[in-house]
Amino acid sequence: MYLAVALFALGLIGLLTRRNLIFTLLSVEVMLNASGLAFVAGSYRWGRPDGQIMFLFILAMAAAEVSVGLALLLQFHRRAPTLDSEVASEMRG
Amino acid sequence: MLIVFYVASAIAVLATIVAITRNHAVHALLYLIVSLLAIAVIFYVLGAPFLAALELIIYAGAIMVLFLFVVMMLNLGEHATEVETEWLKPGVWAFPSALATVLLGELTYVVVNTSAPSPVMHVITPKEIGMSLFGPYAIGVELASLLLMSGLVGAYHLGRRTSGEEERYGADTDRARVVSGSGIVRVGSDRTSHAA
Repeated sequence: MYLAVALFALGLIGLLTRRNLIFTLLSVEVMLNASGLAFVAGSYRWGRPDGQIMFLFILAMAAAEVSVGLALLLQFHRRAPTLDSEVASEMRG
Repeated sequence: MLIVFYVASAIAVLATIVAITRNHAVHALLYLIVSLLAIAVIFYVLGAPFLAALELIIYAGAIMVLFLFVVMMLNLGEHATEVETEWLKPGVWAFPSALATVLLGELTYVVVNTSAPSPVMHVITPKEIGMSLFGPYAIGVELASLLLMSGLVGAYHLGRRTSGEEERYGADTDRARVVSGSGIVRVGSDRTSHAA
């Protein structure tokens, strides 16, 4: 459990400090992984398969999120040749 | 088993710390893959061998390859050659290889000691997961399929090239490569959705 908390905190730190969009997506991945680890730890603690099913759902959600996020990132890079998320906050339309 | 857990968790935390502090995106991705491998070992120790396999196949396989595709697509340009030369310096790959070697040592340790009674109180088999997944959680499966479908459509729509772009970027070969390469990403995202 402490490991899950530590990984989640690391992902959050990465999300808040890095301005590169790829690193932001990576940090989101780390956080999703940490929450999945917490679910699996709970499943181990009580010996029930429910936590692992939640991890399966997290996995499916992460796959969808990454594909949409990377498509957005490509589209953004096509409009502005940078990956800085500060630039994105100034865009209109 | 306990020491396996602690070593693997130390590797996971260490690799994640290094991953979010790298400047180079590909290095960060490689460290993140090491971290995912360590988390898969932790899943195995926690009595979830099926999820350990899924973590490797989907996370470390599909999702990281998707990231790698995009990173390589965006970094094409004048950087490419200097990155290649920098890539081969031992300082770059020594630390991740060391971490991965420790994980390999853990694997051999587990395989050698496989006859010892495992302290895991209850290993949850894939059959149990399947019974529960298509029993009480069937509505969740439907929702996940809905989510993957919308993700697929969204990725296709966002990754599609818009009509005005070919004329604007037609002269720039790098840019044209990026635009034509979006087909690869689309195919890759399809594959991820199907695998999940």
